[in-house]
Parts: sequence; structure tokens; C-alpha cells
Amino acid sequence: MIKTLTRRGLLQTSAVAAALALGLTACGGGGNAAPQQTVNSDAVEAALQKGGKLTVWAWDQSLKKVAEGFEAKYPNVDVNLVNAGTGNDQYTALQNAISAGSGVPDVAQIEYYALPQFALSKSLADLGQFGAADLDGTFTAGPWSSVQAQGGVYGLPMDSGPMALFYNKQLFDKHGIAVPTTWDEFLEAGRALKKADPKAYIANDTGDAGFTTSLIWQAGGKPYQVDGTNVGVNFSDEGSTKFAETWQKLIDEDLLAPISSWSDEWYKGLGNGTIATLSTGAWMPGNLVSGVADGAGKWRVAPLPQWEKGANSSAENGGSSLAIPAASSQAALAYGFLKYSNVDEEGVQARIDGGAFPATSKDLASEKFQNTEFKYFGGQKANQIFAESAKNVPAGWSYLPFQVYANSIFNDTAGQAYVSGAKLKDGLTAWQKASVKYGTEQGFTVKE
Amino acid sequence: MTMTSPQVAARAGAAAPQARTSRRASRRSWAGWWFIGPFMAVFALVFLAPIAYSIYLSVFRNQLIGGTAFVGLDNYARALGDQQFWSALGRVSLFLAVQVPVMLTIALVVALALDSGRLYGKSFFRISIFLPYAVPAVVATLMWGFMYGTRFGLVGNINQAFGLNLPSPLSSELVLASIGNIVTWEFIGYNMLIFYSALTVIPKSLYEAAEIDGAGQLRVIAAIKLPAIRGAIVVATIFSVIGSFQLFNEPSILKSLSPNTISTYFTPNLYAFSLSFSGQQYNYSATVAIIMGLITMAIAYAVQVRGMRKER
Repeated sequence: MIKTLTRRGLLQTSAVAAALALGLTACGGGGNAAPQQTVNSDAVEAALQKGGKLTVWAWDQSLKKVAEGFEAKYPNVDVNLVNAGTGNDQYTALQNAISAGSGVPDVAQIEYYALPQFALSKSLADLGQFGAADLDGTFTAGPWSSVQAQGGVYGLPMDSGPMALFYNKQLFDKHGIAVPTTWDEFLEAGRALKKADPKAYIANDTGDAGFTTSLIWQAGGKPYQVDGTNVGVNFSDEGSTKFAETWQKLIDEDLLAPISSWSDEWYKGLGNGTIATLSTGAWMPGNLVSGVADGAGKWRVAPLPQWEKGANSSAENGGSSLAIPAASSQAALAYGFLKYSNVDEEGVQARIDGGAFPATSKDLASEKFQNTEFKYFGGQKANQIFAESAKNVPAGWSYLPFQVYANSIFNDTAGQAYVSGAKLKDGLTAWQKASVKYGTEQGFTVKE
Repeated sequence: MTMTSPQVAARAGAAAPQARTSRRASRRSWAGWWFIGPFMAVFALVFLAPIAYSIYLSVFRNQLIGGTAFVGLDNYARALGDQQFWSALGRVSLFLAVQVPVMLTIALVVALALDSGRLYGKSFFRISIFLPYAVPAVVATLMWGFMYGTRFGLVGNINQAFGLNLPSPLSSELVLASIGNIVTWEFIGYNMLIFYSALTVIPKSLYEAAEIDGAGQLRVIAAIKLPAIRGAIVVATIFSVIGSFQLFNEPSILKSLSPNTISTYFTPNLYAFSLSFSGQQYNYSATVAIIMGLITMAIAYAVQVRGMRKER
């Protein structure tokens, strides 16, 4: 009996390995790619009329209505909307399907930060063949630059997350603190708040890679340089330094609540005045309404604090695109869906009605959108602030072609500054080194 | 081949009558296969094939740029020099050295208390000790994670009620102990049950003999009960060794509450998980899993050998 038990020790461990093995990545990549053909918009239209069955992998709830509308408009097309997991789970499933060469969807939702990874491995179809490059100007600058990689267009922006400052107005008013317009004022407000109420924090932060890179983006930093397989990682530029210096003060003076976002404590803290502000993407309101009911009427939205007084720079935080895997045999039909969902009036409006924050310039500028009053924010027309923010995202930002992994090790490196007294600047350097090491192992030419 | 064939032919000619019996023998052995065949097929599919595939994976390397290449034992060499892997192994070894003795001692004391027959409300006591084991590890960890909260959790409430300033159980210094606490809570009942069932099969006549000899309760425990359940203790220890080396659920869930104190390489399994699912380093991940399997096997075997030697 004991012998079997010891053996099981090995077997169980190996079962983990086997489970891992199931996720083997694409070996060659291009082997299964559909023959590239140049198709124009007529071909897309023809495919839509001819119809077929389209499999869409997405977790965004607002796509349900889009699929219904699409099927109504093109009765020959049958859309099969599948939720294959959120974020990383779905990417793992997608990688598996691509490497197996079967079960690959025709359309997949992919977040901006993960898109370069798929584009680089030639797992996605270049939408340039359908004339996607002509859509320049249709989308706001941030999302549009996010879907371009390797000189092609690898997805159409679905939603976006221009950042804004969400703040608990009641708390600020109670203590007579002005809403910060710069990060220096933010620091001052944090100190004043702490003085007035030792239990209140200006913000929560336990080290978040997406947030950190977004604020560096806003500060004009460009820590990532990507040119094909040549990658540069450098967190010593001016933008990164600005962020590290200000945040170091917030950490040192204990002004940031050590509460992780999306935890129970976080939801409570947002509702009961423990966490005073939230700097995040324009997709947040829906989450506040559903997760922080106590906060209704207390919260407001303001433009993101600036690194320089009088500036109006912003950044993107989150957001997804829809892309077409290269292995899809119905790329033209799939592109028809992408266009309907992300560009055409009907599809985009259906998603806005479903609570999504669009990436299309036209809708962001429309009167109806701009004048929507948010009951949660005391009737504030918050979309005006979000739309303004979307316009002011600095161009030229890029994520690493292995950002998914880099983000996963942020807390191992930079995150240490939040708990151990290490300096954030050194933490970012450690993150840089770990990212460089991984990139080199993966065959990229990486320079620091 | 050509050299041996005349010999084979000669023997085949000489032993013609024997061939029939040997054919019958082989038919018999095939009949046997029909019985164990279904088991062997499933065993090969779900046990042997994954191991073989892991080993196969571990000698390759897949890169985002450059694809897959055969690298021999490079992955093993890398693992042996990988500080993150060793720090993970060191952490679970420390966990094993501290948590397992604590947990097994408590479980043993509880089992002996139950077996003493002097406990009031025995079955209620038994079921309530065992209940945590019935709670799924994920739920248990979420529950404890909430209690560990220094603001709105139990720790926060205690601080508030008594004006204390207890350190956060999820801080770098305490997080391993906090995980140990959760695991101990979860598995005391399970181990208690193993010990208790072993205790119940000890012949009552031994106790009577001890009583006649004038032995007290402690003497009975030391001279009769503990030696009699040594096998059960060895089994429980082996289970715990395996469990410690495979620590995954608890740190993986607490990581979302305390991302900076639980690294992606906190335990070997968590490391293997991050390597493959965030880093897509399936080959290296398989290597780590194989090495951990071997280490676990070696230590579990050592425990078994040591346990058996005592018994003699």
C-alpha cells in the first residue's frame, strides 16, 4: 500500500506536468495559416450574403446583442458566441487551438496588451487585406495604435479605457480637500486626507502592472520599444522616473491603502470612504454601479491628474479588440462581423447601450453619448470627461510582445517596493531585468 | 541475426512437440491479459502516457521566436541552477518541517482523546473536527483570507475591539505561517480519522492486560497505542509530505489578496503553473514538475524506510 502511495506522489506531480503539457504552444506557427489572398470590401459583402457559421470567442457581454443584430441583418450567417474564459484563460485556450490546428474560432476577443504576442507568432490574420488600413481616423489614437503591429493591422478596436480620476466627492468635501489636478496635488491631497482621517487613503495600490505602465504612458515614458523581434526595455526614461519618484513618496508616507483591487476589502473600502480615489479606465462605471452600491451619489469623475500643471495628457488602461485567427477559413466573413460590431453604427450602438465604452471617434463625439447623465455620479455627464481623455492619449506607446508574462512577474519584482522598503525605481529595474531575461530566452533580441 | 538463425531453425525442428505446449501457454497468458487489459489500458493512458509525455516535453525547448528545438538535458541543468526553483523548494521544505509535525501531533492528540472513551459528546467532537476537511480548499482559503484582513476582516475586528495592532497575517514574514494555519485547519480532521480508525482496531485484550499490570493511561498510549498505529502514522506522514510539496491552492488564491508577498515562484507547483500559463514555457515547466516528482518520491520513500525500520 505504501509503495503505491509513494508512486502516486510522482504520478500526481507528473499529472500536473501533463496538464501543463496539454497547453503546448504552436510549434511552427504559420503551418496552418490559410492562404493569404487579397480581398476587397466586395468580397466581404459577398461572404456576408453567402453566409455561413461563424464562431466568436469573447467574454464581453455586450456582444450578445451585436450577434443578434448581425444575424438579423445577414440572415444567412449563424453566429456562435462562445465564452471561452476571460483574459488569460481564453488566450491559453486560443493558443492551444491554434497549435492543435483545430477548433480555432473565426473571431477572438483579445486585449490590447496581449495582441502583439499573437500578431508576432503569425497567429492572427493581417486585416490590411480587407482594407482595414483605411479605417485610420475611425478610432481614437490609443486603441488604433494598439492594434497595429509588424506593419499590419491585427484587430479592430472594440472598446477602450481612456483613464480618468474617479473620486469620492463626499469625502473630499467633508475634509475640505480640493480635487487634485496634478500628481503633486494628489500627493498633497493624500497627506491632507491622512491627517484629517487616519483611516482614509487617497487610493489603494498593491502594485499593478497595468496601472503602472498606464501612468508611465501618461507621463510620456516609452519603456518598451518594439521593432519586430528587436525589443528594448528601459525603465530609466523621464516618464518612468517621474512616476517612480511620485509613487515612492506615496508609498513611503503610507498614503496608499494596501488593498488589492477587486478584493472584498476593496469594494467595501470604495463604499465606506476608506479609499478616496480610483484612477482607471472609462469602463469602470458599470463596475461601481454593480459592486459598490453604497457609493451611489457620492462618487464623481474628474480628468486624470497631470504630471505637469496645465497639461492634458492621458493614457489607456485596458480595452479589447476583435481579431481573426490566421487559421480561420472564413476570414472574409469574420471581417464582416468585426466591421459590423466595431465600426458600423448599429453594432457599436448596441454595445454602447450594453454599457461598453466605445473606441470610435464618431460615437465618442456624438451628442447623445456626451450628454448621457450618470445617476451614480449624481447626474454628471461623465462621458464628456472620458471622451476628452480618449483624445489626449500620447501616441507611440507599445506593449511588449510578451506583456502577458511580464505583467505576471510585476509583483515579484517592482511589487516588492510596496512591502519591503525597497525602492520602486530599483523594483522597476528588477522588472526590466526579468523581462529582458525572459525575452532573450524566448529568442528576441533584447536590449536594455 | 544471420549467425543465430541456423541455430534457431535447428532448435525449432528438434523441439516440435514442445511448440504445442508453449502455444497453449501463450494462449493462457493472453486470457490473463483480457482480465487486466482494461485496467492496463486505462493505467497506460492516464498514468504512464502523461509521465512519458512530460519527459518527452522536458528535453525540448519552445521559443516564441525560433520554434521548438531538441535541447537534451539543458532544461534539467537550468532547473538545478535556478534560484527561483530552489527558493520555492526551500519554502515548502520549511513548511514541511514545521507544519507537518504540528498538524500530525494535534491530530494524534485529538484521535487519542476520542479513543480514550472519556470524552463527552464524542461523535459531535469527531464530526466537528472532521468538518473542515469537507470544505473545499478554495472555499476554505477564501474564508481564511477574509478573516486575515486587517481592515474589515477578523484580524481588523480584533484590533479594533481590543485596541491592538496585530501585524497582517499576509505580510512577508507571516504569510507562510498563515498558509500553514489554513492547511492545518483543513487537514487535522483527515489525519485524525486515519489515526482514530487505526486505534479502534487495537484488540481490547491488550488494554485489559495493561490494566492488570497496573499501567496508567500514558503508559498505555506509549506502550500499546502508539506502536500499534505506527503504520498509520507513516501513511499520514507520507500523505503530508506529498501535500506539502504540492502546495498550490492556498498560496495561489491568497496571491490575489497579497500579490507582493506571494511570488509567482512561492511553491514549486505555483512556479510550474506560472511558467506554463503565463510564460508559455511548457518544456521547462514539465522539467520542474518531473524534478519535483523525483524529490517527492525520494523523501516519501525515506519516510517509509524509516517508518518500517522502527517497526521491526
